Amino acid sequence: MTLLEVEGLCVRFPTRRGLVRAVDGVDLTVEEGEVLALVGESGCGKTTLARTIVGLERAQEGTVRFEGKEVRGRGRARPMRDYRRRVQMVFQDPTGALNPRQTIYEAVAEGLRVHHMGQDEERRVADALSRSGLRPPERFFTRYPHEVSGGQRQRVVIAGAMVLEPRLLVADEPVSSLDASVRGEILGLMRNLVDTTGVAMLVVTHDLGLAWNIAERVAVMYLGRIVEVGRAEEVLQSPQHPYTQALLSVVPEAKHVEQQILQGETPDPAAIPPGCRFHPRCPLYQSGDAEELGIAQQCRTVDLGLAPIANDHVVACHARA
Amino acid sequence: MTAEVATPRVVGRRRIVWIRRRRALSRVWRMYRASKPGMIGLVVLLVFVVLAFAAPALASSSGLHAISTVQNPTWASPSKFGPLGTDNLGRTIGAQFLWGSRISLFVGLAATLLTMLIGSVVGIAAGFFGGRIEGVLMRITEWFLVIPFLPLAIVLASVLSRSLFNIILVIAITSWPFTARLIRAQVLSVKERGYVDRSRALGASRWHLTTRHIVPNVAPLILANTTLTVPIAILTETTLSFLGLGDPSRASWGKMLNEAFDAGAIGQHAWWYYVPPGLGIMLVVLAFTLCGQALEEILNPRLSERA
Repeated sequence: MTLLEVEGLCVRFPTRRGLVRAVDGVDLTVEEGEVLALVGESGCGKTTLARTIVGLERAQEGTVRFEGKEVRGRGRARPMRDYRRRVQMVFQDPTGALNPRQTIYEAVAEGLRVHHMGQDEERRVADALSRSGLRPPERFFTRYPHEVSGGQRQRVVIAGAMVLEPRLLVADEPVSSLDASVRGEILGLMRNLVDTTGVAMLVVTHDLGLAWNIAERVAVMYLGRIVEVGRAEEVLQSPQHPYTQALLSVVPEAKHVEQQILQGETPDPAAIPPGCRFHPRCPLYQSGDAEELGIAQQCRTVDLGLAPIANDHVVACHARA
Repeated sequence: MTAEVATPRVVGRRRIVWIRRRRALSRVWRMYRASKPGMIGLVVLLVFVVLAFAAPALASSSGLHAISTVQNPTWASPSKFGPLGTDNLGRTIGAQFLWGSRISLFVGLAATLLTMLIGSVVGIAAGFFGGRIEGVLMRITEWFLVIPFLPLAIVLASVLSRSLFNIILVIAITSWPFTARLIRAQVLSVKERGYVDRSRALGASRWHLTTRHIVPNVAPLILANTTLTVPIAILTETTLSFLGLGDPSRASWGKMLNEAFDAGAIGQHAWWYYVPPGLGIMLVVLAFTLCGQALEEILNPRLSERA
């Protein structure tokens, strides 16, 4: 069953250089209990998309449906509060995400207090901490964030989110600020939480290996738009979009494919190219293959959405249409 | 880490939090003690506070009023009369100095408290709400900021009746904009921190964010700024009193200087009349500044260099 449904979502920021279209018409679904990895290079808008889903940024256009009901309004409105309890976020930098003046107990209990779930608070906090691998939990109650390691801090953040028993966990680069040695542990913990509690997870990452390890499905984002979505093994083993292919070709483990270094300038979300937004950097277009296929004109002028090419595998590319 | 932390069930959670707070406080104290200027300032300050509290015991207030000092010699130098001599009316300088320290310190502290209250509320509200509310609040702040401080204080002091409370009010009204701007800047920085985002993602209301995250993280700066505002308030009180705008019924150091000036103490070479209040002001202001700077170095994250 579909848990979260994002449709035509647009988030724009006015800047001096003009309107930055950080998220520019995103369609995305998260099924119940699944792990969906959202991959893309820096600046493609994946963090903004994640922040918008949890309600930290406002969308100018588009809808977000959660369990079939549209999420709108803000602040105290009852449905919004309920949504905010059921969708939780894990942040990239656990050190910044914890108030240095709050003990770990207070940090984990904060969500319970915000949502007036104060009954047997201590038991719930202890439970969340131990399920996040901080055992025995009582030992961590009175510690301050700076007294525990980076990996433990991320566990505290995860415990603070899981204590509210959410249905969806949005994780923004959950391990990229951690030591390589604890990344695996945190990923294992997150995978384990999905398997034991049935929470769904949207993991934002630039690391394709991470996506491969943890996710059932992968969505590839480029310049504010999703360009390919499918089951992890399908997207990562037989990528259909030229951008996905280029991303995968530079993964060190991928020895069987020729490396494609993308040409052209890094994309600027304030000046999104017309037509297919990837065409100025697209190897297919640059090599003249698009011309041969007779779609070069379309690449330059027709902006396209996702189209299915196989079971649960959708791509936004004129060459695959 | 420590024994009582490992056994929270025995000691109780609240008690441990309290122990932790006390430890944090003692850490600040340790760092403060390491600062020599800060300790000098603190000692000087304590001496003046003790003198101010002990004034009724050390010098009878009868020495303040000309009506009860008719038998005293006038313009008596310290070697001829009392510890600090007398003025043109035979009033004892010692009593005026001691009783004046009470007013100077009290006005300084009370005005600072009021300044910090207005400045903090405006600064936190502006920084947190942003948008139109911030625009309006900051324009008002800037409006007060660009008005020349002394003329405004003089106008206010002369329009309002001359009482101690009005002096406090005048000082607060003219000095809160600096505090408001400083605190707004800190709120803007705290607001962007990750834990505020996390709290918002948890679904926290603005009130929760402000009271649980913003204020606790701005508080140290408020405290450091408070100690730095006291000397300004004391100097302002002195200035206004010297200009004859203070409370006429109470002795303060500023009023002593004013009366010494009016009575021609300089022409009389009665240094014992104007040196004590001048020195007192200088020492107290210096002491507060030293304490404030030492505190600021410990509490303001941008100035502290501890890694």
